[in-house]
Amino acid sequence: MSNNSANSSNLVIAQKVVKQLRLEASVRRIKVSQAAADLKTFCLQNAHKDPLLMGVPSSDNPFRPPKSCALF
Amino acid sequence: MGEMEELRKEADNLKDQITEARKVVQDTTLQEAVAGTTLVGRVQLKTRKTLRGHLAKIYAMHWGTDTNCSKLCVSASQDGKLIVWDTLTTNKVNAIPLKSSWVMTCAYAPSGNMVACGGLDNMCSIYNLKGKDGNVKVMRELAAHTGYLSCCRFLNDSEIITSSGDCTCILWDIETGTEKTIFAGHLGDCMSLAVSPDFKMFISGACDFTAKLWDIREATCRQTFSGHESDINAIGFFPNGNAVITGSDDATCKLYDLRADQELITYQDSGIMCGVTSLAASLSGRLLLAGYDDFNVNIWDMLKAERVGVLAGHDNRVSCIGVSSDGMACCTGSWDSFLKIWN
Repeated sequence: MSNNSANSSNLVIAQKVVKQLRLEASVRRIKVSQAAADLKTFCLQNAHKDPLLMGVPSSDNPFRPPKSCALF
Repeated sequence: MGEMEELRKEADNLKDQITEARKVVQDTTLQEAVAGTTLVGRVQLKTRKTLRGHLAKIYAMHWGTDTNCSKLCVSASQDGKLIVWDTLTTNKVNAIPLKSSWVMTCAYAPSGNMVACGGLDNMCSIYNLKGKDGNVKVMRELAAHTGYLSCCRFLNDSEIITSSGDCTCILWDIETGTEKTIFAGHLGDCMSLAVSPDFKMFISGACDFTAKLWDIREATCRQTFSGHESDINAIGFFPNGNAVITGSDDATCKLYDLRADQELITYQDSGIMCGVTSLAASLSGRLLLAGYDDFNVNIWDMLKAERVGVLAGHDNRVSCIGVSSDGMACCTGSWDSFLKIWN
């Protein structure tokens, strides 16, 4: 009895696995050259807006109040 | 028995089909495509603030996103507290005592109105930060997972997605406290999740060494990415939403492109032999900051896959990392009980 129900639940699982694989196999894929080019373009186009990449001048750095030097 | 055999054969055929289809579009590699791009210069970030207050290991942190709280962040520690910090002043805006101190994750709602956390209690607790009398109270306790809560991320004030050691992810209706969708498919504990910039998809990384891309509304798994040789602990989206970055116990990070449906590159170094615990991308996606078990954060040039910097400042494992929504700063949280703000 238990062997049969185990067999049928394994079957259901196997059917789900196959159904999922069919879905994943049907994905439309673009060429790696296109994907790589788009990633590169995004990085280069947004580089100037990236504070961690460009560095933040102390005057614009909210985490670093500019030190003032009073001589008198 | 015959049907099982047939299904097994069909599954193997489909797996081969997927491998083939991925090879067909592999007309080049990312490495070749960026051969002419100059390597990023050495990145040297300094600790600008140290957030002191937790009394035990910090397990998670998350930045606020709303313009009102882009400099606020929430952290969770096994001292049983969630702390909301003003990172500019280092003041604690809220110190929320938790029912269960075994917290593993926390999240800040995009609106800034709520925070959430969870862990070995198998629940996701939602806290309202903007209660009428100024007190922060538990708003909802989302219980249904049969394993620990490893990660949670708000979609909005009424929906949150959680990942669990029970191998599933759940989309919850916060109002009713019930499960809207259960995302099942992983064969190992789900360790981490990230929501796409357009909020339509999310990705999960698990102890079955794979990352899965899920369509939130269709409730389906669209794609599965393999290649890692151990548990995936950390996952994130590349800023334009077209690629996924993973960090694993196999000591590497990988970049998978969603539209090409395959791995583009691996971030590894023979000198790095410990697991990746956390990761975050800089605003332009050019820098990948990854926290490791050896107490350091390595900064990688995401296109050239070379290390361009190190953040060394913690005295124990870096457990979490995040880049603020305006890209201005990076926050690291550690088992040494401190959070540090770098830029």
